Amino acid sequence: MQIYGQTIASRLMLGTARYPSPDILKRAIEASGAEIVTVSLRREAAGERAGRKFWDIVRETGVKVLPNTAGCHSVREAVTTAQMAREVFGTNWIKLEVIGDADTLQPDLFGLVEATRILSDDGFAVLAYTTEDLVAADRLVEAGCRVLMPWGSPIGSARGLNNVYGLRAMRARYPDLTLIVDAGLGVPSHAAQALELGYDGVLLSSAVALAGDPVAMASAFKLAVAAGRLAFEADPLLPRDMAEPSTPVLGQATLGGAALQ
Amino acid sequence: MKIMLNGAPTDIAAKTLADALAELGYDDGPFATALNREFVPAGERSATPLEDGDAVEVIAPMQGG
Repeated sequence: MQIYGQTIASRLMLGTARYPSPDILKRAIEASGAEIVTVSLRREAAGERAGRKFWDIVRETGVKVLPNTAGCHSVREAVTTAQMAREVFGTNWIKLEVIGDADTLQPDLFGLVEATRILSDDGFAVLAYTTEDLVAADRLVEAGCRVLMPWGSPIGSARGLNNVYGLRAMRARYPDLTLIVDAGLGVPSHAAQALELGYDGVLLSSAVALAGDPVAMASAFKLAVAAGRLAFEADPLLPRDMAEPSTPVLGQATLGGAALQ
Repeated sequence: MKIMLNGAPTDIAAKTLADALAELGYDDGPFATALNREFVPAGERSATPLEDGDAVEVIAPMQGG
Protein backbone atom coordinates (compact mmCIF):
# COMPACT_ATOMS: atom_id res chain seq x y z
CA MET A 1 0.00 0.00 0.00
CA GLN A 2 1.02 3.59 -0.53
CA ILE A 3 1.61 5.95 2.39
CA TYR A 4 2.43 9.40 1.04
CA GLY A 5 4.52 8.08 -1.82
CA GLN A 6 6.16 5.24 0.08
CA THR A 7 5.29 1.66 -0.80
CA ILE A 8 4.63 -0.41 2.31
CA ALA A 9 4.43 -4.17 1.78
CA SER A 10 2.67 -5.04 5.04
CA ARG A 11 -0.98 -4.03 5.29
CA LEU A 12 -0.93 -4.34 9.06
CA MET A 13 0.12 -1.45 11.27
CA LEU A 14 0.65 -2.19 14.94
CA GLY A 15 0.42 -0.19 18.15
CA THR A 16 3.16 -0.47 20.75
CA ALA A 17 1.22 0.16 23.97
CA ARG A 18 0.06 -2.12 26.79
CA TYR A 19 2.24 -5.15 26.06
CA PRO A 20 3.19 -7.37 29.00
CA SER A 21 6.90 -6.66 28.43
CA PRO A 22 9.29 -4.96 26.00
CA ASP A 23 10.46 -8.38 24.82
CA ILE A 24 6.92 -9.48 23.96
CA LEU A 25 6.40 -6.18 22.15
CA LYS A 26 9.47 -6.84 20.00
CA ARG A 27 8.44 -10.42 19.26
CA ALA A 28 4.88 -9.35 18.43
CA ILE A 29 6.13 -6.73 15.97
CA GLU A 30 8.27 -9.37 14.26
CA ALA A 31 5.44 -11.94 14.22
CA SER A 32 2.97 -9.42 12.76
CA GLY A 33 5.23 -8.55 9.87
CA ALA A 34 4.30 -4.89 10.45
CA GLU A 35 6.58 -2.31 8.86
CA ILE A 36 4.96 0.60 10.67
CA VAL A 37 4.25 0.92 14.39
CA THR A 38 2.51 3.71 16.23
CA VAL A 39 4.23 5.62 19.00
CA SER A 40 3.32 8.52 21.26
CA LEU A 41 4.76 11.23 23.49
CA ARG A 42 4.39 11.88 27.19
CA ARG A 43 5.92 14.04 29.87
CA GLU A 44 9.30 12.89 31.10
CA ALA A 45 11.08 13.82 34.32
CA ALA A 46 14.77 14.73 34.18
CA GLY A 47 16.94 11.64 34.38
CA GLU A 48 13.99 9.30 33.87
CA ARG A 49 15.31 7.92 30.55
CA ALA A 50 12.10 5.94 29.93
CA GLY A 51 11.68 7.59 26.56
CA ARG A 52 15.19 6.71 25.51
CA LYS A 53 14.75 3.04 26.54
CA PHE A 54 11.49 2.68 24.62
CA TRP A 55 12.86 4.48 21.56
CA ASP A 56 15.91 2.17 21.54
CA ILE A 57 13.64 -0.90 21.59
CA VAL A 58 11.62 0.36 18.63
CA ARG A 59 14.70 1.27 16.63
CA GLU A 60 16.15 -2.21 17.18
CA THR A 61 13.18 -3.65 15.31
CA GLY A 62 13.98 -1.53 12.25
CA VAL A 63 10.35 -0.56 11.60
CA LYS A 64 9.07 2.87 10.61
CA VAL A 65 7.25 4.85 13.28
CA LEU A 66 3.96 6.66 13.03
CA PRO A 67 3.61 9.12 15.93
CA ASN A 68 0.10 9.79 17.16
CA THR A 69 -1.61 12.68 18.91
CA ALA A 70 -3.53 10.38 21.26
CA GLY A 71 -5.18 12.11 24.16
CA CYS A 72 -5.46 15.47 22.39
CA HIS A 73 -8.89 17.04 22.69
CA SER A 74 -8.22 20.34 20.93
CA VAL A 75 -6.72 21.51 17.66
CA ARG A 76 -4.02 23.42 19.50
CA GLU A 77 -2.95 20.41 21.57
CA ALA A 78 -2.86 18.17 18.51
CA VAL A 79 -0.88 20.63 16.40
CA THR A 80 1.70 21.28 19.13
CA THR A 81 2.01 17.55 19.83
CA ALA A 82 2.52 16.85 16.12
CA GLN A 83 5.25 19.48 15.91
CA MET A 84 7.03 17.97 18.93
CA ALA A 85 6.66 14.45 17.50
CA ARG A 86 8.20 15.51 14.20
CA GLU A 87 11.31 16.70 15.99
CA VAL A 88 11.61 13.72 18.36
CA PHE A 89 10.89 10.95 15.87
CA GLY A 90 12.34 12.57 12.76
CA THR A 91 9.29 11.95 10.59
CA ASN A 92 6.63 14.19 9.08
CA TRP A 93 4.04 11.40 9.33
CA ILE A 94 1.39 11.99 11.97
CA LYS A 95 -1.55 9.86 13.01
CA LEU A 96 -3.83 12.75 13.79
CA GLU A 97 -6.32 12.22 16.59
CA VAL A 98 -8.52 15.02 17.88
CA ILE A 99 -10.81 13.34 20.37
CA GLY A 100 -14.31 14.73 20.73
CA ASP A 101 -16.06 12.41 23.12
CA ALA A 102 -14.69 10.93 26.32
CA ASP A 103 -16.91 7.83 26.33
CA THR A 104 -16.53 6.68 22.74
CA LEU A 105 -13.21 8.41 21.96
CA GLN A 106 -14.98 9.47 18.77
CA PRO A 107 -12.97 11.98 16.75
CA ASP A 108 -13.99 15.65 16.77
CA LEU A 109 -14.39 15.87 13.00
CA PHE A 110 -14.54 19.68 12.99
CA GLY A 111 -11.31 19.98 14.94
CA LEU A 112 -9.77 17.20 12.88
CA VAL A 113 -10.36 19.05 9.63
CA GLU A 114 -8.91 22.27 11.06
CA ALA A 115 -5.83 20.52 12.47
CA THR A 116 -5.34 18.65 9.19
CA ARG A 117 -5.31 21.92 7.27
CA ILE A 118 -2.78 23.51 9.65
CA LEU A 119 -0.48 20.48 9.64
CA SER A 120 -0.70 19.81 5.90
CA ASP A 121 0.22 23.43 5.22
CA ASP A 122 3.18 22.94 7.58
CA GLY A 123 4.51 19.98 5.59
CA PHE A 124 3.05 17.09 7.58
CA ALA A 125 1.79 13.89 6.00
CA VAL A 126 -1.48 13.48 7.89
CA LEU A 127 -3.07 10.08 8.53
CA ALA A 128 -6.41 11.15 9.94
CA TYR A 129 -8.23 9.07 12.54
CA THR A 130 -11.79 9.73 11.46
CA THR A 131 -15.21 8.14 11.18
CA GLU A 132 -16.87 6.82 8.03
CA ASP A 133 -18.60 10.20 7.54
CA LEU A 134 -18.24 11.07 3.85
CA VAL A 135 -18.69 14.81 4.27
CA ALA A 136 -15.89 14.95 6.82
CA ALA A 137 -13.81 12.77 4.51
CA ASP A 138 -14.31 15.22 1.65
CA ARG A 139 -13.19 18.09 3.91
CA LEU A 140 -10.14 16.15 5.07
CA VAL A 141 -9.09 15.45 1.50
CA GLU A 142 -9.62 19.12 0.60
CA ALA A 143 -7.41 20.01 3.57
CA GLY A 144 -4.59 17.88 2.18
CA CYS A 145 -5.08 14.49 3.83
CA ARG A 146 -4.18 11.53 1.60
CA VAL A 147 -4.63 8.67 4.08
CA LEU A 148 -7.99 8.32 5.80
CA MET A 149 -8.28 6.03 8.79
CA PRO A 150 -11.92 5.48 9.69
CA TRP A 151 -12.74 3.66 12.89
CA GLY A 152 -14.15 0.15 12.80
CA SER A 153 -15.69 0.78 16.21
CA PRO A 154 -14.61 2.72 19.32
CA ILE A 155 -10.94 2.44 20.30
CA GLY A 156 -10.30 -0.64 22.41
CA SER A 157 -13.87 -1.92 22.12
CA ALA A 158 -12.99 -5.07 20.11
CA ARG A 159 -16.37 -4.83 18.38
CA GLY A 160 -15.06 -5.07 14.84
CA LEU A 161 -16.69 -3.22 11.95
CA ASN A 162 -19.78 -1.49 13.33
CA ASN A 163 -20.85 0.11 10.07
CA VAL A 164 -19.95 -2.04 7.10
CA TYR A 165 -22.27 -0.05 4.86
CA GLY A 166 -20.49 3.19 5.75
CA LEU A 167 -17.05 1.69 5.24
CA ARG A 168 -18.11 0.24 1.90
CA ALA A 169 -19.44 3.65 0.83
CA MET A 170 -16.17 5.32 1.79
CA ARG A 171 -14.20 2.78 -0.23
CA ALA A 172 -16.45 3.40 -3.23
CA ARG A 173 -16.13 7.19 -2.85
CA TYR A 174 -12.33 7.09 -2.80
CA PRO A 175 -11.17 4.22 -4.99
CA ASP A 176 -7.63 5.59 -5.27
CA LEU A 177 -7.05 6.95 -1.77
CA THR A 178 -5.25 4.89 0.87
CA LEU A 179 -7.89 3.83 3.39
CA ILE A 180 -7.01 2.06 6.63
CA VAL A 181 -9.43 0.80 9.27
CA ASP A 182 -8.12 2.05 12.58
CA ALA A 183 -9.56 1.14 15.96
CA GLY A 184 -12.05 -1.31 17.36
CA LEU A 185 -10.72 -4.53 15.89
CA GLY A 186 -10.79 -7.45 18.31
CA VAL A 187 -10.07 -10.64 16.41
CA PRO A 188 -8.38 -11.51 13.12
CA SER A 189 -11.68 -12.06 11.30
CA HIS A 190 -12.43 -8.35 11.80
CA ALA A 191 -9.20 -7.48 9.99
CA ALA A 192 -9.95 -9.98 7.23
CA GLN A 193 -13.36 -8.38 6.76
CA ALA A 194 -11.82 -4.91 6.39
CA LEU A 195 -9.41 -6.18 3.75
CA GLU A 196 -12.21 -8.07 1.97
CA LEU A 197 -14.06 -4.73 1.68
CA GLY A 198 -11.09 -3.38 -0.22
CA TYR A 199 -9.47 -1.43 2.58
CA ASP A 200 -5.76 -1.03 2.03
CA GLY A 201 -4.83 -2.00 5.56
CA VAL A 202 -5.67 -2.06 9.25
CA LEU A 203 -4.15 -0.47 12.31
CA LEU A 204 -4.62 -2.35 15.55
CA SER A 205 -3.16 -2.30 19.01
CA SER A 206 -5.10 -3.70 21.97
CA ALA A 207 -6.29 -6.77 20.04
CA VAL A 208 -2.70 -7.99 19.99
CA ALA A 209 -1.22 -6.37 23.09
CA LEU A 210 -3.98 -7.51 25.45
CA ALA A 211 -4.42 -11.02 24.00
CA GLY A 212 -3.41 -13.88 26.25
CA ASP A 213 -0.57 -14.63 23.84
CA PRO A 214 0.25 -11.40 21.98
CA VAL A 215 2.90 -13.00 19.76
CA ALA A 216 0.55 -15.74 18.55
CA MET A 217 -2.23 -13.19 18.02
CA ALA A 218 0.13 -11.02 15.98
CA SER A 219 0.76 -14.03 13.73
CA ALA A 220 -2.97 -14.67 13.45
CA PHE A 221 -3.64 -11.08 12.37
CA LYS A 222 -0.85 -11.30 9.82
CA LEU A 223 -2.50 -14.35 8.26
CA ALA A 224 -5.97 -12.77 8.37
CA VAL A 225 -4.79 -9.60 6.65
CA ALA A 226 -3.13 -11.64 3.92
CA ALA A 227 -6.26 -13.79 3.50
CA GLY A 228 -8.55 -10.76 3.39
CA ARG A 229 -6.49 -9.01 0.76
CA LEU A 230 -6.21 -12.13 -1.37
CA ALA A 231 -9.98 -12.57 -1.14
CA PHE A 232 -10.59 -8.97 -2.21
CA GLU A 233 -8.31 -9.38 -5.21
CA ALA A 234 -10.11 -12.64 -6.07
CA ASP A 235 -13.40 -10.72 -6.50
CA PRO A 236 -15.70 -12.25 -3.85
CA LEU A 237 -19.19 -13.58 -4.49
CA LEU A 238 -21.91 -11.09 -3.58
CA PRO A 239 -24.56 -12.02 -0.98
CA ARG A 240 -28.09 -12.81 -2.20
CA ASP A 241 -31.38 -13.30 -0.42
CA MET A 242 -32.44 -16.70 -1.74
CA ALA A 243 -30.65 -20.00 -2.28
CA GLU A 244 -29.05 -20.87 -5.55
CA PRO A 245 -28.07 -24.53 -6.14
CA SER A 246 -24.35 -25.07 -6.16
CA THR A 247 -24.82 -28.41 -7.95
CA PRO A 248 -26.07 -28.09 -11.55
CA VAL A 249 -29.68 -29.31 -12.01
CA LEU A 250 -29.37 -29.91 -15.76
CA GLY A 251 -29.41 -33.67 -16.49
CA GLN A 252 -30.69 -34.65 -13.09
CA ALA A 253 -32.60 -37.97 -13.21
CA THR A 254 -36.31 -37.96 -12.55
CA LEU A 255 -36.55 -40.30 -9.56
CA GLY A 256 -39.32 -38.73 -7.54
CA GLY A 257 -42.76 -37.25 -7.95
CA ALA A 258 -45.51 -38.62 -10.22
CA ALA A 259 -43.37 -41.14 -12.13
CA LEU A 260 -42.92 -43.32 -9.04
CA GLN A 261 -46.56 -43.41 -8.02
CA MET B 1 12.38 32.12 39.42
CA LYS B 2 9.55 29.65 39.61
CA ILE B 3 8.26 27.90 36.49
CA MET B 4 5.75 25.11 35.96
CA LEU B 5 7.70 22.10 34.69
CA ASN B 6 5.41 19.39 33.34
CA GLY B 7 2.68 20.78 35.58
CA ALA B 8 4.77 20.97 38.78
CA PRO B 9 6.12 24.19 40.40
CA THR B 10 9.90 24.20 40.00
CA ASP B 11 12.58 26.69 41.07
CA ILE B 12 15.34 27.44 38.58
CA ALA B 13 18.20 29.92 38.28
CA ALA B 14 18.57 29.67 34.50
CA LYS B 15 17.35 32.47 32.27
CA THR B 16 16.82 30.53 29.04
CA LEU B 17 15.06 27.32 28.15
CA ALA B 18 18.31 25.61 27.12
CA ASP B 19 20.02 26.53 30.38
CA ALA B 20 16.99 25.46 32.39
CA LEU B 21 16.99 22.03 30.77
CA ALA B 22 20.68 21.63 31.57
CA GLU B 23 20.16 22.82 35.14
CA LEU B 24 17.29 20.38 35.64
CA GLY B 25 19.28 17.43 34.28
CA TYR B 26 17.73 16.97 30.83
CA ASP B 27 21.02 16.12 29.20
CA ASP B 28 20.19 13.00 27.25
CA GLY B 29 17.46 13.04 24.60
CA PRO B 30 15.34 12.36 22.80
CA PHE B 31 12.83 14.90 24.03
CA ALA B 32 10.92 17.89 22.71
CA THR B 33 9.93 21.08 24.44
CA ALA B 34 7.03 23.49 24.56
CA LEU B 35 6.78 26.86 26.28
CA ASN B 36 3.35 28.11 27.27
CA ARG B 37 1.78 25.51 24.97
CA GLU B 38 3.83 26.52 21.92
CA PHE B 39 6.43 24.17 20.45
CA VAL B 40 10.02 25.36 20.84
CA PRO B 41 12.38 23.63 18.38
CA ALA B 42 15.65 22.34 19.82
CA GLY B 43 17.63 24.92 17.86
CA GLU B 44 15.71 27.80 19.44
CA ARG B 45 15.98 26.79 23.10
CA SER B 46 19.12 28.81 23.83
CA ALA B 47 17.49 31.93 22.40
CA THR B 48 14.24 31.39 24.30
CA PRO B 49 14.14 33.41 27.54
CA LEU B 50 12.11 32.20 30.49
CA GLU B 51 10.00 34.33 32.79
CA ASP B 52 8.51 33.72 36.19
CA GLY B 53 5.38 31.60 35.88
CA ASP B 54 6.19 30.16 32.46
CA ALA B 55 4.83 26.69 31.69
CA VAL B 56 7.48 24.36 30.26
CA GLU B 57 6.64 20.93 28.91
CA VAL B 58 9.30 18.30 28.23
CA ILE B 59 8.02 15.21 26.47
CA ALA B 60 9.69 12.04 25.28
CA PRO B 61 8.80 8.91 23.27
CA MET B 62 6.25 6.58 24.78
CA GLN B 63 4.27 3.54 23.70
CA GLY B 64 1.21 4.41 21.63
CA GLY B 65 -1.76 2.83 19.91
